[in-house]
Amino acid sequence: MASVEFVNVRKSFGSQPIIKGVDVQIEDGEFVILVGPSGCGKSTLLRMLAGLENISAGEIRIGDKVVNRVPPKERDIAMVFQNYALYPHMTVADNMAFSLTLKGESKAVIDARVKPAAEILGLTHLLERYPRQLSGGQRQRVAMGRAIVRDPQVFLFDEPLSNLDAKLRVAMRAEIKELHQRLKTTTVYVTHDQIEAMTMADKIVVMHDGRVEQIGAPLELYDRPANLFVAGFIGSPSMNMISGCIDPSDPLSFVAKDGTKLPVGKPIDASPDRPLVYGMRPEFMRLDPAGIPAEVVVIEPTGAETQIIAKLAGTEVTCVFHERIAARPGDTLHIGIDAAAIHIFDETTGLRL
Amino acid sequence: MSSQSIPPPKARMTDWLQSRNATGLLFMLPAAAFLICFLTYPLGLGVWLGFTDAKIGRSGVFIGLENYWYLWHDPVFWTSVFNTVFYTLIASVLKFALGLWLALILNEHLPFKSFFRAIVLLPWVVPTVLSALAFWWIFDAQFSIISWSLMQLGWIDAPINFLGDPTNARISVIAANVWRGIPFIAISLLAGLQTISPSLQEAASLDGATSWQRFRLVTLPMLTPIIAVVMTFSVLFTFTDFQLIYVLTKGGPVNATHLMATLSFQRGIPGGQLGEGAAIAVAMIPFLLAAILFSFFGLQRRKWQQGGQD
Repeated sequence: MASVEFVNVRKSFGSQPIIKGVDVQIEDGEFVILVGPSGCGKSTLLRMLAGLENISAGEIRIGDKVVNRVPPKERDIAMVFQNYALYPHMTVADNMAFSLTLKGESKAVIDARVKPAAEILGLTHLLERYPRQLSGGQRQRVAMGRAIVRDPQVFLFDEPLSNLDAKLRVAMRAEIKELHQRLKTTTVYVTHDQIEAMTMADKIVVMHDGRVEQIGAPLELYDRPANLFVAGFIGSPSMNMISGCIDPSDPLSFVAKDGTKLPVGKPIDASPDRPLVYGMRPEFMRLDPAGIPAEVVVIEPTGAETQIIAKLAGTEVTCVFHERIAARPGDTLHIGIDAAAIHIFDETTGLRL
Repeated sequence: MSSQSIPPPKARMTDWLQSRNATGLLFMLPAAAFLICFLTYPLGLGVWLGFTDAKIGRSGVFIGLENYWYLWHDPVFWTSVFNTVFYTLIASVLKFALGLWLALILNEHLPFKSFFRAIVLLPWVVPTVLSALAFWWIFDAQFSIISWSLMQLGWIDAPINFLGDPTNARISVIAANVWRGIPFIAISLLAGLQTISPSLQEAASLDGATSWQRFRLVTLPMLTPIIAVVMTFSVLFTFTDFQLIYVLTKGGPVNATHLMATLSFQRGIPGGQLGEGAAIAVAMIPFLLAAILFSFFGLQRRKWQQGGQD
């Protein structure tokens, strides 16, 4: 096991910069998730760590060693690919044992490593099958088994769950997390799914357009997003945002563009002509007769909760209520906002105030 | 079903005509007629001629295995069998090795990749007779460019007698055949290489495989089904080769480059012995069947290709 460090890492394909200076520190044994929309460079960053892409500038360290010029086979890392990359002409057992076979380990050593790994993943009865004969979830497990057998310094996962159906994805999520708790190997995991990131990570790195937007624990990102991008990306349904400015007569009140006044938890130090964005999470809104009137547009009952899209202060916002609400489109609801849980951002820089 | 009454014959006929099988049969007819006229009939006629003493201008009578008996004791026929097997074996091995090598190079990220891929196909698209004529000049006893270059370099004193010496002639025709055959193998294997997911190579390199191990343990096993198809075709083409030999050496010198196909033609048409020529051609069939059987077993789906859906 080892720590991993990215120091001002850059990467360009031709003249096109893909990674524009990334600094991340990953502690020994940590589960770190790189998350961001497609094309943000997260997979490229992971492949650079694996040695599958070269590094245009900066440094990547595994442990104390700079690995910029170290070929993949000497980095002692195991990777689970999005398409699993199982060798189709080898049985499950041979797939898992491949790295050991290459090292020339004896049959006894290989067995002693493969068997326990297969047991952890529930693959024991499948060891003699070929990848084609397995379901998607089983292939996923074999790919993880191949990584576990290696007992590497670092585990890399490149969107490992995106080829699975929704139900299996949730199950595998828990399985991967459990596996990490058991093996405590440093893990870097790439996904575009913020739910995966929130549920599994010790630390999330939110990436956007080749840059790191924010690094932090899941709840830290949720509670204190550093900018508009992170605020919109983390959380589902995403944060509602309303443009406006501070009420010149009352620093505890935000004025939306249509003149509606929204509550603010603590005084905001900003001049009234500075354009701001008022952010509120759907989960922190409730029905309140003294609240702000909003017109229901769409109502989506899910059983456990009711999601309502309503027009509030001239903007369509999403609200999540834990009670069942018998409203119809066109009805007016009065919505109370938890003033302590709102976020204020500068509209031009996008930064949190 | 069983409770339904059986429809009258006429209705059954109409039903059948509208079924998928009838439509299928109808669509197959033109192709079947074509195959019978242009493949089955000539093949059958050839086999029949082999059992007769037909000459040009005289339809023969059935003489049983007499042609084959004669050939069995004919040293020239056995030379041609040896030549054909030797030619096929050496040329196929060389074509496979060089074709695979070329395919591996073309599969890398090279500048002007698609240009090179197009260029490689050139020997294949040029008509055989044309390239054979070019080789005829290259291998000319006096004006050969190879001899000239080597003489300019001072490596040899006199021109090489490429097509006049038995050993040189064999090497020369094999070289020409290899040059012509490489593109087919290289492009087919390149297509096969491109079906192998690059992430398999990446996974193998992370697993600690050297590039030779990646080739031997990942690429080659996954390429075997395509190698089996391509090499079967290549062996069939090479075994039945005619044009190249006919233009370059006409089987000479002293039958050193006579293949079964060229001998069959020489005995049958210029020699006028249609029956004997046909018998030589028929004698190729067991060899070709062996090659086809080899590919049949080679092409069988391997265990790892079976089961599951993808």
